[in-house]
Amino acid sequence: MHTAAGAEARLPIRSDMDLVWVRQHVRQAAALIGFGLVDQTKLVTAASELARNTLVHGGGGQMEAARVSEHGTEGLRLVFTDTGPGIADLDRALSDGYTSGDGLGMGLGGARRLVHDFEVVSSPESGTTVRVTSWVTRPPRPREES
Amino acid sequence: MNESSPRHVAGHVPVLRLGDVLLVTLQGDLYDSAAQQLQQDLAETIAHSRVTGVVIDISGVEVVDSFLGRVLAEIAAQAELLAARTVVAGMRPAVAITLVELGLSLPGLRTALTTEAALELLDRPIVTPRSGGRRQESP
Repeated sequence: MHTAAGAEARLPIRSDMDLVWVRQHVRQAAALIGFGLVDQTKLVTAASELARNTLVHGGGGQMEAARVSEHGTEGLRLVFTDTGPGIADLDRALSDGYTSGDGLGMGLGGARRLVHDFEVVSSPESGTTVRVTSWVTRPPRPREES
Repeated sequence: MNESSPRHVAGHVPVLRLGDVLLVTLQGDLYDSAAQQLQQDLAETIAHSRVTGVVIDISGVEVVDSFLGRVLAEIAAQAELLAARTVVAGMRPAVAITLVELGLSLPGLRTALTTEAALELLDRPIVTPRSGGRRQESP
């Protein structure tokens, strides 16, 4: 049985097997908190993108998951941290089509669209921290592009 | 709940031959390395067995991120160069919704709702790939 603590975890991101663990934990935590199937899928996909960034660009790191509550709404917060070289041009990294690796350039910008709150802090000294939160019930976000 | 290994993880993906078609069924969560291995295996199998079609059933896949999406698109592109057509079958609605929001609509990929429909699609002489979301009539 899941308890309230079932959403909390700190998972290492060191290999593609760890990416599987991240996805499975986020799926279970999101289901536990009460996210619907589509929102679970969005959150797991965002986590997969961000964890892969941590692995490929940050040289590995970790994800911390926590259940959060605000104004009576339950949410899931995921924090990805690495001590890699940081992101030189954050605006560019967040734009579609940009990639410094061999991906499609959807990682950071795509993940941002899949969650409600998105925050990234990056510097060459301290690496990169990406913090995302999604809420179980919240009005749809306004659409930026058609 | 404690688990010693992740659930439903595919480390190796079997490729089945059905006449002129290769059938691949992806199940559960896939390691990146397994997806890349599948991509290589398929290119070699297509070239050696001279099949004309590949059907990839992803109805058992809960998450397609940009990595797996790219692998699927590349499998289709390399099969095309080897004179075989690829149809991705059974994508879950939540996966389709998420891929579009992610910005990955994979316009070059042929899709079908079921494996049966994918096989029927491959039976037709010419199938025009989707392009940019527009529906096109076969000539």
